[in-house]
Amino acid sequence: MNALVVPAATDVGSPALNITIFAIFVVVTLVIVLRAARNNKTAADYYAGGRAFTGRQNGVAIAGDYLSAASFLGIAGAIALNGYDGFLYSIGFLVAWLVALLLVAELLRNTGRFTMADVLSFRLRQRPVRTAAAISTLVVSFFYLLAQMAGAGGLVSLLLGLDGVNAQRLVIAIVGAIMILYVLIGGMKGTTWVQIVKATLLLAGTVVMAVWVLGKYGFSLSNVLGAAVDNSPKAGEKLLGPGLQYGKSTLTKVDFISLSLALVLGTAGLPHVLMRFYTVPSSKEARKSVEWAIWLIGGFYLLSLVLGYGAAALVGPDAIKAAPGKANSAAPLLAFELGGELLLGLISAIAFATILAVVAGLTITASASFAHDIYAQVIKRGEVEADAEVRVARMTAVVIGIVAIIGGIFANGQNIAFLVALAFAVAASANLPTILYSLFWKRFNTRGALWSLYGGLISAVTLIVFSPVVSGKPVDPATGKSLSMLQDVDFHWFPLDNPGIVSIPLAFFLGWLGTVTSSEKPNEAKFAEMEVRSLTGHGAEKAVAH
Amino acid sequence: MQMQRTEEFGDLRRRFRRFVFPMTALFLAWYFLYVLLAAFAPDFMSHKVWGNINVGLLFGFGQFISTFVITVLYVRWADREFDPRAEALHDRLEGGRP
Repeated sequence: MNALVVPAATDVGSPALNITIFAIFVVVTLVIVLRAARNNKTAADYYAGGRAFTGRQNGVAIAGDYLSAASFLGIAGAIALNGYDGFLYSIGFLVAWLVALLLVAELLRNTGRFTMADVLSFRLRQRPVRTAAAISTLVVSFFYLLAQMAGAGGLVSLLLGLDGVNAQRLVIAIVGAIMILYVLIGGMKGTTWVQIVKATLLLAGTVVMAVWVLGKYGFSLSNVLGAAVDNSPKAGEKLLGPGLQYGKSTLTKVDFISLSLALVLGTAGLPHVLMRFYTVPSSKEARKSVEWAIWLIGGFYLLSLVLGYGAAALVGPDAIKAAPGKANSAAPLLAFELGGELLLGLISAIAFATILAVVAGLTITASASFAHDIYAQVIKRGEVEADAEVRVARMTAVVIGIVAIIGGIFANGQNIAFLVALAFAVAASANLPTILYSLFWKRFNTRGALWSLYGGLISAVTLIVFSPVVSGKPVDPATGKSLSMLQDVDFHWFPLDNPGIVSIPLAFFLGWLGTVTSSEKPNEAKFAEMEVRSLTGHGAEKAVAH
Repeated sequence: MQMQRTEEFGDLRRRFRRFVFPMTALFLAWYFLYVLLAAFAPDFMSHKVWGNINVGLLFGFGQFISTFVITVLYVRWADREFDPRAEALHDRLEGGRP
């Protein structure tokens, strides 16, 4: 690589300015969190924000939760380097919302209280199903957390001119600590407001950058694409069509289909997305939330197409690859190219805010699942004061935060859109089949639920562990490093990066098989209650009155 | 739960399923058509329509548009057809209890 065209980390932006802008964001959101937390009294306040958010507020917050660093940094980077194949991610991420809108959101809102496990265990045997659902929630949230924290490291080194590994680790730890603070103080209400602020900033920043890029090319998308091609000598015209990343062989094409399956079926199985539906007072508001989320997320992904190709055109693939965060740096580098230090500072602060807010959302979901499902229902069998349960949730949040920090240090440098795709694969395998069966299949029973949850979870995770993602990818001559997570070992036997094409059908099949081989009689009365409750909202949890 | 066996509830459930299941099948089929084209017909997808805008990009935009259209259709259907019926049943249940 030519050293002359590659800016070192310290050449881009002013660290002092970046830190100042970010500090302002942290202070402002902290004040919001403190104010929001004043009314936190009950478990419903802590877990579900008192169910008092409107559909529109929750829709913006969902967009905030969903448009993680993977969407902002990862997709822009993937489009800049892999062109059209990066765009395919965003389409899967968007279409997936229709599954949530049509099949899951409203029914789930009416049936459950705080967690996914509430719905899954409604008419089945409580303890085993809750345990399985909670474990699955924790695993999915962990993968997702890993992706966010991994993004933080690369971003920081770019912005603060920190090349040292220890400096990056320190920043990951700081990000984790701030996030723990948000969750402890603000609960779901505080976290939701952070999401709303962040989503607004993120969308505004994206609009500004996209319009700016288009403006440079006479407001013609075609010209942006042409410039991206001109500036990417290696990829050339291939940047605009599918196949650059996944078109190499039949195997990579199957891998791509596997990925697409996980993306479209994963969203409605993501525990932190599902939990957001409990923050509104009714199923009608839950519907409105998803509607808003779809508009905002769809608009964002359309703009990210411009950002990605814009980064290829204005920054160029070589400079992006050479930057400390690699593909994840495409959007910040584009900001620097457009608006210099100030825009870079603003966009980076937004990217940081994104990581913080999403990590907070994940932490509260994971801690709620542990405290509400495992501690209160499984260990204490429901005999527990709400206060004690919330206390456990807070302690869990601290533990999860620490685990996320350690995991983030290890995952530093991985492409975050890809890590998130793995979280989607686990969610689509373990959670979605079980959710759909329990909402729509009368005969579904405990064994079916356990088989689809554990079967999906174990198969997805096992296939990932023995995939080329973890070990055995060839060494890249440019960097001298393998693209796998682990270097110098090779124990992979599963040929695909994405497990979905095997694990998702397998989980559906196991759910069916477990059900028909079990002698357990379906609980007719409970199913009737669940069906009436899910469709009419009779007996559904109401908003907390303050 | 007597309600579940009533004619009205059966009607509500039928209407709900008759809307959401075919719609789900439709958008999934459309999505996978797109995915398969992207995987196995890259030349067709790279065919330029005007300027640098190619078939693949238009198909991609088509996915955005179909998602938006289905969202609008569903929300309108739910507001007009589903909610009044669900609310009527809900009120009857809540009225039945003190």
